[in-house]
Amino acid sequence: MENKDMQAVNTPKLNKATIIVHSGDMDKIYSALIIGNGALSMGMEVSLYFTFFGLQRLKKGELDKGPLSKMNMLGLGKMMIKKRMDKANVASLEKMITDFKELGGKILACDMTMEVMGVKPEDLRQDLISDYCSVGTYIKEAMESSMTLFI
Amino acid sequence: MGEIKVDVKGQTCPVPLVECRKALRKAAIGDIVEIEGTHPASKKEIPMAVNALGYKIISIEEEGNTWKIRICKQ
Repeated sequence: MENKDMQAVNTPKLNKATIIVHSGDMDKIYSALIIGNGALSMGMEVSLYFTFFGLQRLKKGELDKGPLSKMNMLGLGKMMIKKRMDKANVASLEKMITDFKELGGKILACDMTMEVMGVKPEDLRQDLISDYCSVGTYIKEAMESSMTLFI
Repeated sequence: MGEIKVDVKGQTCPVPLVECRKALRKAAIGDIVEIEGTHPASKKEIPMAVNALGYKIISIEEEGNTWKIRICKQ
């Protein structure tokens, strides 16, 4: 028997990537921005949804302030990785987020996280943020995306 | 027809790909974008991006560690 309530909506898939940035760890912010920039460079549309600890990285001056997800060792591990990244000439998160915006990427901030964590719009880098939204917007975009990731 | 030169020698992932895309966005139809770099994976990934974008690779040259890719924005 067919359950009409559960029928899949036949949404056409666009050449689009929708990525949830849940973690605020430095290495995972790198992953999100590298993948986002790569997708934009290959002609995809990209939306990054910053939520929970990820949203903290959109606060003024906080983009690269996250710890390492593994072996942070009170910041010692992060320092070592940063040194190696400098040596390998890896671009800064600031350059990556600027490029992301220049290539037309969208940054969305989760309004529920803002309420729970007491974050006000003026605490955030509003110049980067395209919109404030909640799960409905994400699902709508995810339905039409050919790639979705949770980082 | 103009020509845009991009130098990403010494840069690593994802900078060569991103700078290539930035140049292609700025280029007008018919312009040539010439990108020169040393990051090994980008030598094959830039052509992938160019194909996905529907533009045309004119040439790919390599000398020592340095590659040079010429793209036409058609």
